[in-house]
Amino acid sequence: MSFQPVKFYQTGTFTVGNRLLPDNERSVQSTVRRTNSLNSGHRACQGCGEALGARYAIDAAMEVTNGQLIAANATGCLEVFSTPYPETSWQIPWVHSLFGNTAAVATGIAAALRVKGRSETRVVAQGGDGGTTDIGFGCLSGMFERNDDVLYICYDNGGYMNTGVQRSSATPPAARTATTAAVGPTPGNPFGQGKDLPAIAMAHNIPYVATATVSELRDLEAKVRRAMEFRGARYLHILVPCPLGWGHDSSLTIRMARLAHESGIFPVFEAENGEVTGVSKIRRQVPVEEYLKPQKRYAHLFAPRPREDVIRRIQEAADRNIRRYRLLEEA
Amino acid sequence: MRKPFAITLDPGSSLANHTGSWRTLRPEYLDRLPPCNNACPAGENIQAWLFHAESGDYEAAWRSLAQDNPMPAVMGRVCYHPCEGACNRAHLDSSVGINSVEHFLGDEALKRGWKFDPPAPPTGRKVLVVGAGPSGLSAAYHLARLGHAVEIHEAGPMAGGMMRFGIPKYRLPREVLDGEVQRILDLGVVLKVNAKVDDVMATMKAGGFDAVFLAVGAHIAKRAYIPANEAAKIMDAVQVLRGMEGESKPLLGRRVVVYGGGNTAIDVARTARRLGAEEAMIVYRRTREKMPAHDFEVQDALEEGVLIKWLSTIKEAGEGAITVEKMALDEKGVPQPTGEFEKLEADSVVLALGQDVDLSLLDRVPGMRIEGGVVEVGPNMMTSQPGIFAGGDMVPAERTVTVAIGHGKKAARHIDAWLRGEAHDPGPKHELATFDKLNTWYYSDASKTVRPMLDLQKRVTSFDEVVMALDETTALFEARRCLSCGNCFECDNCYGVCPDNAVVKLGPGNRFRFNYDYCKGCGVCAAECPCGAIRMVPEQI
Repeated sequence: MSFQPVKFYQTGTFTVGNRLLPDNERSVQSTVRRTNSLNSGHRACQGCGEALGARYAIDAAMEVTNGQLIAANATGCLEVFSTPYPETSWQIPWVHSLFGNTAAVATGIAAALRVKGRSETRVVAQGGDGGTTDIGFGCLSGMFERNDDVLYICYDNGGYMNTGVQRSSATPPAARTATTAAVGPTPGNPFGQGKDLPAIAMAHNIPYVATATVSELRDLEAKVRRAMEFRGARYLHILVPCPLGWGHDSSLTIRMARLAHESGIFPVFEAENGEVTGVSKIRRQVPVEEYLKPQKRYAHLFAPRPREDVIRRIQEAADRNIRRYRLLEEA
Repeated sequence: MRKPFAITLDPGSSLANHTGSWRTLRPEYLDRLPPCNNACPAGENIQAWLFHAESGDYEAAWRSLAQDNPMPAVMGRVCYHPCEGACNRAHLDSSVGINSVEHFLGDEALKRGWKFDPPAPPTGRKVLVVGAGPSGLSAAYHLARLGHAVEIHEAGPMAGGMMRFGIPKYRLPREVLDGEVQRILDLGVVLKVNAKVDDVMATMKAGGFDAVFLAVGAHIAKRAYIPANEAAKIMDAVQVLRGMEGESKPLLGRRVVVYGGGNTAIDVARTARRLGAEEAMIVYRRTREKMPAHDFEVQDALEEGVLIKWLSTIKEAGEGAITVEKMALDEKGVPQPTGEFEKLEADSVVLALGQDVDLSLLDRVPGMRIEGGVVEVGPNMMTSQPGIFAGGDMVPAERTVTVAIGHGKKAARHIDAWLRGEAHDPGPKHELATFDKLNTWYYSDASKTVRPMLDLQKRVTSFDEVVMALDETTALFEARRCLSCGNCFECDNCYGVCPDNAVVKLGPGNRFRFNYDYCKGCGVCAAECPCGAIRMVPEQI
């Protein structure tokens, strides 16, 4: 893994900061010099995981590039809540064009910088799971295939949240959305559909692919830093819980991301040139129920009658992740 | 009015959008009372001094500790650490070794010669302290730091009280005690030894004292009637342990029987082993579970070969032998005689059945309320006679060094207020930082470091200290196991996890502040605060 946890300084590297660590071992988010790329006053919901994930990732990218960064942004929550014309929360050069063309816009910016010989200025593209796995998928695959010098960051909250929580191809099985009602013999989003975009990105054999969550800040920052060490197409997929769409209390955003990791539902790993090079191990394994229960999008699995069969299938998928990515073995 | 093509509005920052108005719950920083502090009889702010120790600033840690307790090196050896019993970390792996860190800090202070902060300017008031035990020394220290002139009158030949004449050397080396006593005297406290106070009113008048703190301790051994012939050698624990401080050590013989089940009985039995007794046996009328002695002390004694005869009373003592009767616990747990007798060889019998207080110095004080052999005091440690305060073993309380030191501090604060014609108000206690207030995910896994022990052979043949101190590295590690329950330790979590950048970091030592203009009240900061130093309260809408 790019990130080596500190063994023991009271809270080690689990917390955002740690007064006992030397300055150079502290996180970007713990410092007052962080960019706050996404500034206060944005209109995201209370406890928004995406707002948090975006600030974590872009602040880290700003730190590694010494502020030489341009971002292209897909349509979606992140764009809508941050930039209602003519106001913006972004404190970096930031471009929004359409829902589906973000990867192409970023490719264009990278090409322009290359022509101008501005190799120190780096490009990120960012969008939600809808703009990435559905609408912008063609442009993204093209960007990967051409190995354009762009870091693409997908903030995955598992649906089209700002338009009223519709299903996307990143919505997990059994989750209720406005378009996958909790009715019938297989309530919620069907099993066996959707896209595993990190795996698809790896199949393009691009230099760097990684997943992260907002519950592991230090790991996330290390992955942004590592991604910026490569030239070419890179992909970072960040799980960002959505209190609105997932139906959990706004205070539980980070806890939900942590439980997704600790249950095996969301494997956190990194891969170089198509090969997995590191995984974030599960520290205290929990059954998937612990992750599912606080979320109203899974309420139909627990009442009026418990759907143990469905929960078992979700557990099986988590167990498969654990086996596949060796999430439980000793490092 | 001139704008570029297709542009109609000026660009603006979202900072104009004060999202704080969305809030229904408001986060607030608070300090909760850590369970260790709550459990400390000396009122130490343990979390606060560990905070300094965590960063390796041992002097700051010691100074913070010494604000409440002037004898950390003694404490680190003889305190029964109720703090560790209350420690939240016990729910995770095992409690923080608070006592061992205190031990380390106390030794560090003696080694480096750290002195107390200078006292406040003189107040011109004079306070008499009777007794130079832990309570008296603690009171003297606090009074001196507040600027009062303090004189201690001690009946014995040296300061220390039960710390010297009750606690054996292998638990508390005398140079440690002497070092910590001297540091208190260096504040300008006057110590008069071999100065027994027979009439407290007369002494106060003669010396022109404005107030007095009585802490004479409990030095009279309780006796039990045991039929004995003249050749039987019967002593008491106070005699034996006091005798250890003199030139000629007590002669106990090869087979020693100690009668009683408290920590003193254990101390005597372990002392007997060290004096060369082949057999040191404790006779106690109840079971191990019911024994008042601490289990770890019982364990240490058993390791050293001390024998314990449970459920037994001494019926008779003769020359070279005693007769014990077996007891059985009835349904209420009270031992009842069984009529079964047994003869045991014994060269001497030491009674360790508790101690009484010599209250003769109060004979001429009118209206002094005495109940069950101890002096009644109010919540301010004052007796029924204005200006006469009392603490330690002579007032109703658990009889430990730590409780005594706590009394001394408390009394000093009340005496100080009383001298100014005021009442000391310690203010309301913070709410308790219970385990459910913590988010323990964030703490690193780390098991407890235990202090090294002297090897067994040396333990039974010498009076060398049994429990040794942690070294710097291990003490630092142990300090860093602290969860800092209920008190911000600046981990930056709230600053990092706020999706709205509504937490302002104020820099090292200054913690954080909420920016309520933008805080939407999501509660992520409170949920992710490891130590429970943030609470959510309903917003007034």
